[in-house]
Amino acid sequence: MADVTLTVDGKKLTVPAGTLLIEACKSTGIEIPSFCYYPGLSLQGACRMCLVEVEKMPKLQTACTTPVAEGMVVTTESDKIKQARKAMLELVLANHPLDCPVCDAGGECELQDMTFKYGAAESKFMDLKNHRDEQQWSPVVYFDRPRCILCYRCIRVCGEGMDVWALGIQNRNVGSVIAPNKEDHLECEECGMCIDICPVGALTSGAYRYKTRPWEMKHVGTVCTHCGDGCKTTLGVRRADTGMEIVRGDNRDKSGINGDFLCIKGRYAFDFANSSDRIQQPLIKHEGKFVAATWEQALDRIASKFKQVLASDGPTAVGVIGSNRTSNEENYLLQKFARLVLGTNNIDHHRTADFPAFASALAGNANATASMRDVFDAPAILLIGNNPTDQHPLLAWQIRTNVRLHRAKLYVVNSYPIKLRRQAAAFAQIASGSEGSVAQFLGGNDAAGDAAVTPQFSREALSQLRDELKNEKDLVVIFGSELRGNDVTALVNFGLAQGAKFICLGDYANSRGAADMGLYPDMLPGYAPVASATSFHEDWVDEIPKSPGLDLLQMVDAAKEGKLKALYVVGSNPIARYNVDPFALSKAFVVVQDMFLTETASIADVVLPIANAYEKGGTFTNTCGDVQMLKKAGEFAGVRNDFECIVRIADRMGYDVHKLVPFGGGGTRADMGQSRGAQSGEADRHAVWLAEHNLEPKMSPYDPTAMLDEIQRLVPGYDISRLGLLSGHDEHTQLVQITGATGSGHPELVLPSNDTLFTSGTLGRYSPTLNSVMERYSTTAAQVAGD
Amino acid sequence: MKFSDQLEQRFATMVTHYPTKRSVLVPMLLYIQDELGAVTDEAIHEIAQRTELTDLEVRNVISYYSMLRTRPVGKYNLQVCTNVSCLLRGADDIFEHCKKKLGIGNKESTPDGLFHLEEVECIGACSWAPALMMNYEFHENLTPAKIDELIDGLKKKEEQ
Repeated sequence: MADVTLTVDGKKLTVPAGTLLIEACKSTGIEIPSFCYYPGLSLQGACRMCLVEVEKMPKLQTACTTPVAEGMVVTTESDKIKQARKAMLELVLANHPLDCPVCDAGGECELQDMTFKYGAAESKFMDLKNHRDEQQWSPVVYFDRPRCILCYRCIRVCGEGMDVWALGIQNRNVGSVIAPNKEDHLECEECGMCIDICPVGALTSGAYRYKTRPWEMKHVGTVCTHCGDGCKTTLGVRRADTGMEIVRGDNRDKSGINGDFLCIKGRYAFDFANSSDRIQQPLIKHEGKFVAATWEQALDRIASKFKQVLASDGPTAVGVIGSNRTSNEENYLLQKFARLVLGTNNIDHHRTADFPAFASALAGNANATASMRDVFDAPAILLIGNNPTDQHPLLAWQIRTNVRLHRAKLYVVNSYPIKLRRQAAAFAQIASGSEGSVAQFLGGNDAAGDAAVTPQFSREALSQLRDELKNEKDLVVIFGSELRGNDVTALVNFGLAQGAKFICLGDYANSRGAADMGLYPDMLPGYAPVASATSFHEDWVDEIPKSPGLDLLQMVDAAKEGKLKALYVVGSNPIARYNVDPFALSKAFVVVQDMFLTETASIADVVLPIANAYEKGGTFTNTCGDVQMLKKAGEFAGVRNDFECIVRIADRMGYDVHKLVPFGGGGTRADMGQSRGAQSGEADRHAVWLAEHNLEPKMSPYDPTAMLDEIQRLVPGYDISRLGLLSGHDEHTQLVQITGATGSGHPELVLPSNDTLFTSGTLGRYSPTLNSVMERYSTTAAQVAGD
Repeated sequence: MKFSDQLEQRFATMVTHYPTKRSVLVPMLLYIQDELGAVTDEAIHEIAQRTELTDLEVRNVISYYSMLRTRPVGKYNLQVCTNVSCLLRGADDIFEHCKKKLGIGNKESTPDGLFHLEEVECIGACSWAPALMMNYEFHENLTPAKIDELIDGLKKKEEQ
């Protein structure tokens, strides 16, 4: 749009036509106070705080609803305005209780701040305040009516933002009151956006209310550990008996890909970290019972037993199962540990998406993966399978916001009437389980389309869908784990032809990272086949075993037959997830690193108590391939992180940890031509890379950033900006350097978690908030929530 | 639920009058209320479905307008205006007289379910103040005697 020039407080400024006055002022550093105006939501004009004087307009105007006009002359500070603001505050405060000393919002309340700044210290009102008791609307949401200043933000964010429409306004003028959709309680997605967006303490959360004062917390921005979307979350932590306790999660600073969005899991389900069920000491099984042990005893037992099995039965008798919730550094280290220290390719993890097939289908094409940010402004989106509202709440938020604010065209292909159909320009409800056929059909296999047809969705409609999609420029294609193997290839080939970008949806916080870091029996990091010649082969001092190892289920079978003698499980619960018979592992020596005595930990011989992702550093890669840094927020007495445990076990086994983690100064392999072999005559590549990137060698083998250095140096796609990472940005990894990747060839091993909005794998079971919400919805299950 | 044939027909034509479905809400609520005596929970759900709104949104609208109600009132709904013009011409006394005559207070119904009394804002009959509305019927230039006449007349009519 054309630009418009106007004058604000004597300053000339030029902004695009259509800009709201309040935004135009903000762009030049003039703050106009307001309660009801919220960027991205519809305009309300309810609070009258943003009144400004506009020349030739008779009355004060609301800056939040007035678009700029050519030649407009605006005054934002004058006696008249000062008086108006003061009067508005006085009215708002007429019935607002002055219970700030006990109010959750006290100290970070917009009404407090405005009263302080614009002054309404005295009041002409002598009337009694109209008190109403606080109401509990759900396990999560509490409402304190007298504190409400009727800005309507909660109603708008719930309706427009979340597409839940669970809040409304009843009655009018002084009798107006925010009302929940079920008369005295809420039936909704429990995301807590209404609480987060409330400028005062009218809406408070069951998880945080009356627990602490905002200034008593330390705030740490890190990445959520639940689904694969990678939301930034700011955790408020406070001293506790066990270390640092997490008391609050939000993202008010709008940093990260998610802005201020968080779902119930990101906002409240950090509480598993404070669970009293956590293990605080290493446990060794003695005559069928766990006995608390020292770290020395536990690590010695693990190392000696691993060595014993390697000596008696060889490396094929040991197996390793990694995690979707450990950091990239830990995953990379774990597979390196398996391949070099144990000498086996028997390594796998709970696969929730066919990432190998995705990488192989992309075949090194540049700009072919979309980041979470792309979903926010792509002109067109195709979503095949999955139900992002439940499984990828941020993705669903991005899609909804894009459709609302940028009129993106959304195509939804699903066998269920998922909620996002309401934003869709076209919704194809295909036959159950025929997502793969649709992908094949799009890819040009006309015969495959028959399987998708239903009485409601004809063959012609399917063809029309394909034609329409072919005309979409800058399409982002998002697909769930329904698509695997060849179906992924077909879809990717279809999209690549028109320059589309892709997102492959996996379920847990770092499932993409686990895949990228090579937690596969047949693939190294970057999806390279174990037998191929890769930079890892060149770089790692010890030899990588050539033949592919056993996958997760094969390992369990081998353990049952007594062939697999030792199993090392890091942050995974295969017994519950894959429904493995617990007795299958009874013959093997099982080591489990976990926070809780899960089904798998219960049958282990040694259990190590572990820090979760909120209690350590490292990086996570979200399902789109966006890498973000974790920051240590919580602390829990007695636990250690997986990284340290893996290094310590290697050390106890007599392995030179320098070969595992690149730490210490002075090029470990610089030989300047004295020696023979693959690397003779070369300087230490790691040192060269570090110098090239202005990084220093790390001094400790327990420093995960040392591993990050190696990951960035060797793993295809991970050579991203370290500066960006360190400053809290999300850095998108491209799979461009990956050519010749092998598809997994085992699509049957992909097992989606099928988490709902209120579950989160094993972790979710230890969250009191998620449990309380689920309990409530299981007793009132008759109706469908929010849809 | 299904409304009467007449109302169903009315809905079918009215819905075509507006660019969006939700616009038909307010007139429909009035017609529903006329037919059922109040906008019942069942009717709220039905109209919400038809206009693609949530039940909550329909309730928001109902609670905004004083002439819409969710519970049935007496057969004869007396709405006495006490806004400025009527007030200046003695509406307070008129309202008090109604209360005494019927033995009920504001927003209450007589035990026999015949009368309902309500104090309302301007009904647009300022020129003939003080005024009241009995269902959709206007009664103007009121005096206590006129009120007695009206109420007694209605009572008598019911007895027959």
